[in-house]
Order: sequence, then C-alpha cells, then structure tokens
Amino acid sequence: MAGEQETVDGSLLAVDKLTKVFGTFAACDHIDLAIRTGEIHALLGENGAGKSTLVKMLFGVLAPTSGRILWQGQPVRIASPNAARKLGIGMVFQHFSLFEALTVAENIALSMDPGVSLAKISDEAASLSRSYGLPLDPKAHVADLSVGERQRIEIVRALLQNPQLIILDEPTSVLTPQEADRLFETLAKLKSEGRSVLYISHRLEEVQRICDRATVLRHGKVTGACDPRQETPASLARMMVGSDVAHVSAEGTGVRGDVLLEARNLSAAARTPFAVSLKHVCLKVRGGEVLAIAGVAGNGQSELFDALSGEYPVADASAIQLRQKPVGTLGINARRLIGSGFVPEERHGHAAVSALPLSDNLVLARSESDRKAFIGGGRLGIIRQDAVKRATKRICEVMDVRKSGEDPAAGSLSGGNLQKFIVGRELDRQPSVLVVNQPTWGVDAGAASRIRQALVDLAKSGSAVLVISQDLDEIFEVATEIAVINEGRLSDAYPAKELSREKIGLLMGGMHVGKQAESLDAH
Amino acid sequence: MRIELEKRPKVSVLFSIFSPFIALILTLIAGAIMFAMLGKDPGYALYSFFIEPLMEVWSLHELAIKAGPLILIAVGLSVCYRSNNWNIGAEGQFIMGAIAGSIIPVVFYEWQSPLVLPLMLVMGMLGGALFAGIPAFLKAHMNTNEILTSLMLVYVAQLFLDWLVRGPWRNPGGMNFPETRTFGAEAILPEMLASGRAHWGFAFAIIAAILVWLMMRFTLKGFEITVLGQSERAGRFAGFSSRKMIWFSMLLSGALAGLAGISEVSGAIQQLRPVISPGYGFTAIIVAFLGRLNPLGIVASGLVLALTYLGGEAAQLSLGVSDKVTRVFQGLLLFFVLSCDTLLHFKIRMVWADLNDTVKDTH
Repeated sequence: MAGEQETVDGSLLAVDKLTKVFGTFAACDHIDLAIRTGEIHALLGENGAGKSTLVKMLFGVLAPTSGRILWQGQPVRIASPNAARKLGIGMVFQHFSLFEALTVAENIALSMDPGVSLAKISDEAASLSRSYGLPLDPKAHVADLSVGERQRIEIVRALLQNPQLIILDEPTSVLTPQEADRLFETLAKLKSEGRSVLYISHRLEEVQRICDRATVLRHGKVTGACDPRQETPASLARMMVGSDVAHVSAEGTGVRGDVLLEARNLSAAARTPFAVSLKHVCLKVRGGEVLAIAGVAGNGQSELFDALSGEYPVADASAIQLRQKPVGTLGINARRLIGSGFVPEERHGHAAVSALPLSDNLVLARSESDRKAFIGGGRLGIIRQDAVKRATKRICEVMDVRKSGEDPAAGSLSGGNLQKFIVGRELDRQPSVLVVNQPTWGVDAGAASRIRQALVDLAKSGSAVLVISQDLDEIFEVATEIAVINEGRLSDAYPAKELSREKIGLLMGGMHVGKQAESLDAH
Repeated sequence: MRIELEKRPKVSVLFSIFSPFIALILTLIAGAIMFAMLGKDPGYALYSFFIEPLMEVWSLHELAIKAGPLILIAVGLSVCYRSNNWNIGAEGQFIMGAIAGSIIPVVFYEWQSPLVLPLMLVMGMLGGALFAGIPAFLKAHMNTNEILTSLMLVYVAQLFLDWLVRGPWRNPGGMNFPETRTFGAEAILPEMLASGRAHWGFAFAIIAAILVWLMMRFTLKGFEITVLGQSERAGRFAGFSSRKMIWFSMLLSGALAGLAGISEVSGAIQQLRPVISPGYGFTAIIVAFLGRLNPLGIVASGLVLALTYLGGEAAQLSLGVSDKVTRVFQGLLLFFVLSCDTLLHFKIRMVWADLNDTVKDTH
C-alpha cells in the first residue's frame, strides 16, 4: 500500500533545510533528511544535538522557523500532533503519557476518536498486540505494568492509527536487553509490512544492528548520512562527537582496601505514592573498588542515593556505615565531614542552582566540609569570595570545564561541562567515598569519558566509588563490581568480569535473591 | 492569532537599570489620563500629587514617617520572598507588634523608667514574630499554604485590635471613644531632628535595610536564603533545611513588621486606635517588588510609595478627589513594574497563523 504512493525519489518523508531557532540558538540548522518507504532510519546524535527538536517539528509539536517538510513529495505544514497522525505519522515518546489509574484499553481509547466503543478498542488492541508480538492485556491497569509493557501500550496506540511512519524516541533507554530484543523483532515486522521507522538513539550498537540508514546530527547540523552497517562504531562516534573519544582505562583498579561504604539491611519507605521503597539493601564498597548499580530507571535508584547521601536520613543509624562509622541518621553535611562526596542525578536544581554562578555552586556542596577555607567571620559566616573563586578556577582547569567568562551562571554551561564541574567539585576534596547517580546522563561523549576516567582514577587512589547508572556501556567501562537494583531490592554484587549483559538483563528484569544463583549458573 | 512570550537570549543591562524608571513614567502617564478623565487638569494634579509634598520641610518629615514602616516591612518581606515563603500577612504582624508593644504603656502605664521604650520595641518585635510564627508553623508542620493563612490572620489581628480598643483597653477618661489612653513621655519614640515630627522609626528602617543587604550579599545565611528560594532540592543537597528557613524568614519578617507597628504607634500616633495603618503591610509588598527584593532598592521604592500616600492626602484637599486615588496609583505602579520586568526577560511575538487549519497543502 505504501509502495504505491512512493514518489520519484522514493522518500516517504523528506525535510529540506529545516531550521528551528530558539532566541539566537539554532537547535536545528538547515537539516536535510530523507526517510524511504520500508526502512528503519536511525537519527543519531548526542544529547542536545537537536534530535528531539527535529522530531517535535515532524510530529507537529513545534513549528519550524524555516525550511520545508515533504510528505510523499508534497510540501506539508504539520500544525499539531493530530495533523501528523492524520498524515500517517505515529510517535512513541521517550516519556510515556499514560494514566496509571486507568486500564490499558482506557488509555488507548483516550487517544482515539470518541465515537469508538471501549470493547472494540480492546479487541483491536489485543489482536494488534498479538500480531506484532507485543503481548498486552487490555484490562490490566497501567500502574501494575513494567516499563517495557507501558512502552508496548504506546506502540500499540501508535499502530492503531495505521501509520506509515513510526517515530521512536530513545525507545531502549528504559528497557532491559531482553525487552529491547523483543522490540527489535517488532520493528523488523513493521519494516516487512512496508512501514518506515525513524529510530532515535545514541546507542551505536543497536543502530548498527537494526537500522538500514542513519543520519547523524551534531550541534543541530547534519554531520553524516550513511549506512551504519558499513561504518565502525568508532567512525559513527566520530560523526556524533566530532573527534575521537578517549578510551577509559580501568587498569590498576581492584586493589582492595578496607570497606569504606556499607549498607546493612537498608530499608526506607516510599516518600510519595510514585516513589519506590528500598527493601533490605545490602552493599559493601572497599577502597579501590568501583561498585556499579545497574537497573532500569525508576527502580529505587534515586531513593538509594537519597538514603546514602543523607539528604533523607533513615531511622536506623547502623544501616549505613561510612568508614566504619554508623551514619544512617546523620544529614548530608555530617557525612561529607566523614570524607564522602555526592553527585546527584539531576544537575539543574539539585546538584546546582542554574541561576547562580559557578563559585556559588561550589559553596553549595562545600560550605560545611570546607568551612575553614571558604567561610570566615566566625558566627557571622561571611563567604570568602576570593578563596571560593580560586577553588572554582582550579576545578575548572583540572576538569577542563569550558565556559564563557570568569564565573558564569551554572545554567549557561552545556550539560557536559556543568557535569564536569559538579564531579570536579567533589573530586577536588579527594573524598574517600564517592556516591554518584547517573554520572554521564545527557552528557556529550567527550565529557563522559573524562568523567568516567576521573571516577576510575579516584578508585585507583584508594577511595571507594559507588556509581548508580542505567547505561550498561558506562558500567562495563568503570565497574570492578556490579549489582542490579530492581523494585527497590539490590542483588548481590558480582565481579564485573564475570557478568555478561544477558545476566545483568535477567537481574534487571527482577530475578531476586535466591533464584539468582541458579539462573546465573545456568548460563 | 496568538501572542507568545519568547525568552530573550540576553537581558539588557541598561534596561534592567532603567526598567523601574520606565515603569514610573508609565504610571505618571496613566495617572495623567485618569485625572483628565476625572475632569482635572492633569499637569496641576500630578504636580500637587507628586511635587508639592516634596517642597516643604514638614511634608518631608511626613514622608519619612510614612516611608519608615514601608521600608521596614518590605525589607523583611524581601527575605521571605527570596526564600520562596510568601508572607502576605505583614499588615497583621504590624498590628500585633503594635499591640504587644503597647502592653506596657497601656496596662502598666504607671511604670516609668528609661527601660520602657526599649522593652516596648522588643515586645513589638516579639509580637510580630509570634504572629508570623502561626503561618510558619502551619507551613512547616502541616504543609498549609502560607499565602492563605498569613492573609487571613490579618483580619484576625484587625478585629482583635478593634475589640481591645473598644473593650478592655479603652481609655477610662476618653469619653467612650474607641481609643487607649495616650502613652506617657517615656513610652514615646522621640523625633530624630528638631525640625519636625519624623521619629526614629525611619532610622530603624535604614539600619535594617543595610544589615539585611549585608547579610544577603556577604554571608552564608544570605546564600542559604537564595539557594532555598531557587531550589529546595539544591538546598537540601547543600544541607540547608527548608523547614528552618520557613521559620527564619517568617519570624524575621514578622519581627520587622512588628517593629514597624510599635514604632508607628509609639512615634506617630501615641495611642492605639481601631485603625493604625493605612495598609502599610500590603503596600510593603509593592515596595518589596518595586525595589526588586533588594534592601537598598527597597529604601528608594519605599520613599516613592510613601509619596503616593502623601500625594493622595494632598490631592484629596487640593483637587477634591477620593483618597482611593492613592490605591489606584499603587496598583498602576505595581502593574507597570511587573510588566516592565516581564518584558525585560521576554519579548512578545504575534503568531498570525491560524490554529485551526491542520495539514495545509502549500502547492
């Protein structure tokens, strides 16, 4: 069906010099892209490269500043997501828009024409999901479903509109490796039916595995269009990053010292209805080790960080031990004084205040731990701006933080540079324990490798490092030990060399203590 | 067609300095139009409203008397607002400060000592702080909205004062007027200068403004206020407690409002009456924002708003317009200040495209 409508150049959708300017910043700068009928087309690029902006224009969420969108050779103006759907474009967002209290069928019905009955939608959804290998129970409540299952709802919802082009935004970022494999099978089926897929990702391995062609974006411009199977991961990375990325060297870690960070049967109730409770978490990190905690987002990672950092202390003092001292009930600054450092996941509004300059953001984390150096005037507590500015400069130099001006607002830095500063702010103190949540989330590859190397180097110098991450590549680069968190429970830790991605995937999917040993042995 | 506010990539330094002045000029223009519509000569009206009060020594003293409480309250409010605590009830804290401070001269009027005045001031601050402590407690421990609670407590304070001066505290020798006895000599806040009525309340305001400015600019406490105001989560990461900050900012602003209250009563009125404030506590909110929540800016904006009070009184006499004109000017000023600040950070863009046409073929 789609084949008959092919135009001369064979593209289902083409964009011609598409540009989107925010203020003076061109998020998308004269982008050309052509998606053929029946292909899986990858849109590659780092965070902030302009992928999301481009896709939002294609789906009618943003209006382009200039340029044209051609659908089957005809110039079109896509004014709203509804218009996009009418054209035949379906979209699966990275962040789902589902009502947890409603059933699968009800959620699907919300995006359909109001006239259709719920029973009919239920039937259609069920048969559609079966034929695409996406098992779904239309009567199940969304709240009871895993992230992978929720994604299936979004996909089924998009497929019910019978689209010719399906856009998927970073679909595997929330999936276990096994769930991702399933998704790839579905995509192959869509392709065999003559539909096109625009697959957005920054994961080179998947793109090489499933995509026919790729368009690479960097800083809002197209830096390459290629067949990903003809490229090497290194050459793709170069198109994405613009230069070769330094390899992280984990050589020299693994010299074990004393246990510096320990959680003993750490439990914490969920603070909000949408949070996850921590259930009997046990972990040990020795000096010289990097313990990485893998897991699908939303399984208790932030709650674990909150408990370990002392932002939300727990009731049992001995549940958390820093350098063999019970600290469970202590606040974050008391724990910093014992020699630990913390890097939260969210940069803006948690690790840093965007509107304040870097020097103030240095004081943010270190007003208490470096009171002698940074605060004078006795009880008046006067901030020594000169000492703070010097330390800020030192950290920026060590971590190669690129910024405009001497002491710019944190919000004016790119994600990667701000993250380098936030990590450098802790490393500057040489903490004996460092707890980091998602150290390179949304960070460009150059900065990511710089940060990972710094974490490894800190462990080499004898400190204990705990990294919570969703990125398996990152975990294998830095970890000496790996544990997996699932629904607030932490698995045992395994030496990184003994674990494969498949085993981690099983643990991420919720194989709990007891079953673990067998299933790992079985592999 | 729709109108979009688009964030400016860079905020002009020049315009951020001039924006309050532009707002002032726009207020004057709008005021002139209003006077013209009322059938008054706009030039003469504005002159008698804004210039005449500045021409005489006695009216300059009146300006200081009116500006004192405005500045004192607004300085406290600036700390609240910077830390994201929205105390709207300074009017009530002003009244409760005045009541608490008046306990000695009204109830223990026979006690005469140089300690009377300092004690009155301290009790005034305590009264204001304790009254502000109610919304602080409710917010910190019950998670209630302090905007509502502090605002509603204003009416409690007003009615409590009304009851006191008509009931238990009524002057026995006052011919049944709803007033307390007048304060003794040692309970009166003295004049600053021999040339007029302006009392030390204005000096308190200037000192408070300078101290709070120093705190915000140089100390860790000021930093804590800024951080918690910008992001509670970042404050928690820094080890700052937003709950303690609720208490600190509410008690501080309550204490300053209470000090303003007792200074006004002791320095200017010298007894308690059913109404002791022409809305200082509410006008101070405008003062705080017009001064951009900066204590030094608040000194300037406090003087400007005090002038609208004086001008309103003058215009009532010389032009025969309602004293509500004062409120209109204050409202206009706040409107233009906020608009100018918004336009400083955003530009307006008209989007003429039709929202309803969906997919359009431009062939």
